[in-house]
Amino acid sequence: MKPLSHRFRILILPIVAVLSVLTTGCGRGKTSVTLAGSTAFQPFAEKLAERYMLIHPEIGVTVQGGGSAVGIQSALSGAADIGMADLVRLPAEAAELQPVTVARDGIVIVVHPSNPLSGLTMDQTRGLFCGKIRNWNELGGPDAAVTVVSREAGSGTRTSFEQIVGDIKLTGDAIIQDSNGTIRETVANDASAVGYLSHGLLSEKIKALQVDGADCTTEAIQAGRYPLVRPIFLLTRGAPTGASAAFIEYVRSPDAQKVIGESGLIPAIQ
Amino acid sequence: MIRIGEKTVQRLLMAAAFSAIGGLLLIALFIFKEGLSFFIETGFRRFLFADVWDPQSGLYGIFPMLVASLWVTLGAMLLGAPLGISVAVFLVEFVPRSVMRVVKPTIELLAGIPSVVYGFIGVMVLAPFIRSTFGGPGLSLLAASFILGVMILPTIISISVDAITAVPASYREGSFALGATRWQTVRMVVLKAARSGIIASVILGMGRAVGETMAVIMVAGNAVKIPHSALDSVRTLTANIALEMGYATGRHREALFATGIVLFVVIMILNTAAGVMVRKRVSGKKG
Repeated sequence: MKPLSHRFRILILPIVAVLSVLTTGCGRGKTSVTLAGSTAFQPFAEKLAERYMLIHPEIGVTVQGGGSAVGIQSALSGAADIGMADLVRLPAEAAELQPVTVARDGIVIVVHPSNPLSGLTMDQTRGLFCGKIRNWNELGGPDAAVTVVSREAGSGTRTSFEQIVGDIKLTGDAIIQDSNGTIRETVANDASAVGYLSHGLLSEKIKALQVDGADCTTEAIQAGRYPLVRPIFLLTRGAPTGASAAFIEYVRSPDAQKVIGESGLIPAIQ
Repeated sequence: MIRIGEKTVQRLLMAAAFSAIGGLLLIALFIFKEGLSFFIETGFRRFLFADVWDPQSGLYGIFPMLVASLWVTLGAMLLGAPLGISVAVFLVEFVPRSVMRVVKPTIELLAGIPSVVYGFIGVMVLAPFIRSTFGGPGLSLLAASFILGVMILPTIISISVDAITAVPASYREGSFALGATRWQTVRMVVLKAARSGIIASVILGMGRAVGETMAVIMVAGNAVKIPHSALDSVRTLTANIALEMGYATGRHREALFATGIVLFVVIMILNTAAGVMVRKRVSGKKG
């Protein structure tokens, strides 16, 4: 009899688990909040959602990616309760949405570690990415043609970068990579490359450049000295209500902001 | 009882067969539904032959990508076709059957390697090699052509081997009887007789090269411009769709679906051509 009861016990666990999921899924007690958008903030939102659900088991938080454009679209259409966007300036169609800043993210300009340059001015940055500065010797570096590496059109990082630097018409010679990670690999493999990526993804394989004499550090960003910073917004259609409001409030709480700060972003609230 | 079982199985198989075709039809319908209106509104020429692709300014010209796709495919064919056909001839005509039975499945195994692995090798080995040897950014038309040329080898080799094996032994014997050497026989009899099958293999390989996405995104560099040399970075049609689909909304999204229509038509033409070639071979053999 012993093996039988043992098997029964093994079976009953998944059954109970499935049933509980089913009943909570359609039960009246469980409210759900859906977030969608920015892939830069997605891992942080997922982490925060997990922590939030531990404290508030009655609320289910779902996080999806898709990019900032998707975040705006789905908040507008109601497909998501909260949209996530990492843009400096929100586009015109986002006017009906109410933005709340939950974090900030520095964008670093990166080159190969063998590049002797230590920093760029905004004008030099613009010249490099517009294709006007075509050789590193124009900036006092070695005689080597510049390889510009950028993100694909529509990327939140690229849009923010181009808006802050201003007047960038990206050179047609630019190599396009579709994620922060592949930008890092391309720059790490090419001695004459210059690219940009999210501050949290810096590694020792690449070298970060100062912009206008400021290093991209949490202190410099908070002091307002480092210029390439973009805010990360949570967007709701009208003022947030109910569970959405509670979750946004949690993301702005000291506990959640500490989590954000520990994992590479800059907290919006100190 | 047996009768009922028989019929049930027959119906089930029929349903399975039609669901596959139905799925294909639905995909085609969906692509055309999403992209056709854009195609018509923008106009055939302004979409296919304009050379600025800048979705943020509302400019959707896919000419640079069309050119890039064609060059990359041509480059892949220049490498893959002669190499593949040579391997096939060697395996059938110059090597004992027992050796071929080991080598051919090994080559076909190459087809099972995920394209992301080819792309990874391209990024880590090929691109730095091109950069240090020839200059330029390394991620280039040349790198993409080379990787695709290797990727289509299994397709070309295995279909060419089948085509060459199918040439009746009596053709070869007749040629030898007339005093031809082995190479003369291969060149003047075997390759002529297997020609349509070999062409079909090349066209199928070409279809694969046009449609390949992941490896190309990783090694081609994806700059939107008409390439001036093999060392320039290029973006193919497939890479364009895959890169921007995640962000695209509205007109931009429609433009990407319209790009999909162009690809769909190109690949349909290639596959139909391959089909015609294969049929020609079969009917030619009967006659």
